[in-house]
Amino acid sequence: MAKINVNVDGVGHEEEVEPRLLLVHFLRDRLGKVGTPVGCDTGNCGACTISMNGKSVKSCSVLAVQADGAHLVTVEGLASNGDRHPLQKAFHEEHGLQCGYCTPGMLMAALDLLKENPDPAEEDIRAGLEGNLCRCTGYVNIVRAVQRAAREMAGERP
Amino acid sequence: MTMTPAKVPRELDSPLDGGVGESRRRPDGTLKVTGEFAYSSDLWLEGMLWGVTLRSPHPRARIRSIDVSEALAHPGVEAVLTHEDVPGFKFYGLEHKDQPVLAIDQVRYQGEPVALVAADHPEVARRAAAKIKVDYEVLTPITDARRAAFDPDCEKVHEDGNVVRHQPVIFGGDVAEARAGADVIVSETFEVGIQDQAFLGPESGLAVPGEDGGVDLYVATQWMHSDLWQIAPCLGLPEEKVRMTMAGVGGAFGGREDLSMQIHAAMLAMRTGKPVKIVYNREESFFGHVHRHPARMRYEYGATRDGKLVFAEAEIILDGGAYASSTPNVVGNAASLGVGPYKIPSIRVDAYGVYTNNPPCGAMRGFGAVQACFAYESMMDRMAAALGLDPVTFRQINAAHPGDALATGQVLEHMAPLAEMLGRLKAMPMPPERDAAGHDLRELPGGVSNTTHGEGVRRGVGYGVGIKNICFSEGFDDYSTARVRLSIIGGEPTVLVHTSAAEVGQGLVTLKAQIARSELGVRRVTIAPADNQVGSAGSSSASRQSYMTGGAVKVACEAVRERMFKLFEERLGRPPASLAEAVEHLPEVLGDEVIDETREFHHHRTERMDPVTGQANSHTQLAICVHRAVVDVDVELGLVKVVELAAVQDVGKIMNPLSLEGQIHGGTAQGLGLALMEEIVVADGKVRNPSFTDYLIPTILDMPPMRLDILEYADPRAPYGLRGAGEPPTLSSTPAIVAAIRDASGLALTRVPVRPEHIAGSS
Repeated sequence: MAKINVNVDGVGHEEEVEPRLLLVHFLRDRLGKVGTPVGCDTGNCGACTISMNGKSVKSCSVLAVQADGAHLVTVEGLASNGDRHPLQKAFHEEHGLQCGYCTPGMLMAALDLLKENPDPAEEDIRAGLEGNLCRCTGYVNIVRAVQRAAREMAGERP
Repeated sequence: MTMTPAKVPRELDSPLDGGVGESRRRPDGTLKVTGEFAYSSDLWLEGMLWGVTLRSPHPRARIRSIDVSEALAHPGVEAVLTHEDVPGFKFYGLEHKDQPVLAIDQVRYQGEPVALVAADHPEVARRAAAKIKVDYEVLTPITDARRAAFDPDCEKVHEDGNVVRHQPVIFGGDVAEARAGADVIVSETFEVGIQDQAFLGPESGLAVPGEDGGVDLYVATQWMHSDLWQIAPCLGLPEEKVRMTMAGVGGAFGGREDLSMQIHAAMLAMRTGKPVKIVYNREESFFGHVHRHPARMRYEYGATRDGKLVFAEAEIILDGGAYASSTPNVVGNAASLGVGPYKIPSIRVDAYGVYTNNPPCGAMRGFGAVQACFAYESMMDRMAAALGLDPVTFRQINAAHPGDALATGQVLEHMAPLAEMLGRLKAMPMPPERDAAGHDLRELPGGVSNTTHGEGVRRGVGYGVGIKNICFSEGFDDYSTARVRLSIIGGEPTVLVHTSAAEVGQGLVTLKAQIARSELGVRRVTIAPADNQVGSAGSSSASRQSYMTGGAVKVACEAVRERMFKLFEERLGRPPASLAEAVEHLPEVLGDEVIDETREFHHHRTERMDPVTGQANSHTQLAICVHRAVVDVDVELGLVKVVELAAVQDVGKIMNPLSLEGQIHGGTAQGLGLALMEEIVVADGKVRNPSFTDYLIPTILDMPPMRLDILEYADPRAPYGLRGAGEPPTLSSTPAIVAAIRDASGLALTRVPVRPEHIAGSS
């Protein structure tokens, strides 16, 4: 067992974990953070994407021990002071989700994308979300949603 | 006291305005964007056990013995069950009860459940399952569906023969005579691979034993009552002792119409007296649900030189795998819609659904119609080319219009004329030509893998037409049930809508609220979680829930409104001048009383297909979508980039524009997947690619932007005139894309998915 210290959605946790424990299972089974789902187990679908020290990672491809000392943000920590993040509002408004299983990962990947490129063209959004699968929407409304969020974050009217 | 798990579905508040026709937001949207929406995989109860399923590694084998003693002795294990432990009837199935809950004496497909383990930790359960000793006598699997159907010497998968259903359709004049009068005849054999629904949330659920000897089941499914009707007999319980609640569903697309872990978890919970959760991982999910039937289809068409089709003949063989599931209905769709929405004077179709030892196949979006559509649209292109006609013009010449009969004799009614839909599609602006100089790698096939600078890249354009039946067909008395309650809460009129209908992502929760708001003029609408405390809503499949549960909510609201008006008149001595006035006075009129009405909604009757001729008004409603695909193909490497997809679809009435567009985009994307990449590869009955690493579904880079033109030709028999919309786009996008690749490459391409080696000629 190894001891890790992590900050998840603003709360510090000190936990003993087996070295082989995946970060996503640590989040879900140990901390009860089930807002981050598991879709494929093989790093393909991106449903489990979270932010680790400001970068998006697929939490099924990270060991919990690798997160020692890290600042993690999951979809559950995306809103601040009860205000939903512009990405959350935009995915809702633009119907960027149906079953919603990919949405937590999409949001966290899009967050990283907009940090790197606050004014992305459609091609940039598509390139940035390539690692996240959605089976319901055909992605068109997801592109719209990210564009809308980018406008709102730039201070424009959505 | 019954235990209630953490993370169960809750009531959903709907945004405060917006009725039918508006792009209202999903009532479950806030939960879904904040990570609070409770999927079936999130269910949790303190002290619960974890169940795992031991599955057969062989597609066909006799079971000589099963020894569970070592598994049972494993620390942490609380139960190990085999078919001997099934408390009631040992078989289940949607149409035929041919599937054992756990294998009895033999296995018929790779992945068939053989035994169950419950333990205090999922890894403990998996380890224990590995200690179950099953002595198999491995047999040669029956994997050739055509042989299984027609070779009398072929062994039988089940005792009563390998053909699940043969449905002929014979229309108009004699085909042999018509063939003699044809100027041009074309024939071809087409194949469709096995497609997987690939919903993102794998099968999972929780069973909680009840004090009355019953069980509470929290599951993600498409039709709770159909589950119930299959589960209760197998558990040896009356239906009222199986209480079902819909857990959050991570996509379905037909893959949750059959049972997966429901009976298994309930058996383990009843045996151990503890709650049991089962969660499949992605690999197990590939074995845990039925897939889209693979098909082999031989077609022959004849036409006159001026472009009129004179006959069509088709033999469609659908491999249903080891168990029947919905194979009979898949055959019915393939037969009745086997030549598409075209006017052809002589038609003969023979559709067969066959048992083999391949993976079981059943419902997936557009079933039966999808496979046939790839064949008949490929034939339309083939014939147009043989006649030297433009493919759109050729389709317009032969299009069946309102008033014309389909192959089954059923007359098209109240829908957009196909020729006009095609005209609108062709007139839509084309995407810009590829910029040969200074091009962006991302715009080329192969993308930033830098596989080409455009030397071998050719552009192609293709068209596809698809027709799908909406709602259940062939005489099934299809209905849905809705309960609507009106009361005053906090001084404000509030409506609760309660159905058992499965919200699988399609947006039914939004629509139910919109309908309630429109019909009752009330702003506050709450959607109750789906459970079996209200009557059946039927399945969230066949594009039917807007029509059926939408219809049930509408008639229940009308009953509530009638009582609301009566009460108004009783209390105020005059009828209300308007709905708005009635609602305005509701707090004083209704007081502490509650208006609570439950209604069933049935669609008009349909007929069974004649077993010899297939003739019948078998379908409730028909819907057409047409697609245009523009592709760039690297003809040297076989890589395809779909540049743009355009679609024209008639939906009768647009209930929620953005939600509808999402259905068309998503349906189109699944058709793109079938055209280009999606196939469960099976060799000797064994699945070779059960993972998202090896089974590819379209990414955001594979799926292009879309142009949509949505038409509203109202169907007067349907609520609001609406037409089911979820499936038709899945049909027509596939042949459109393949036609575009043919246009770019000049290749025949008779099989989907089209793989790079089919284009580059390396296979």
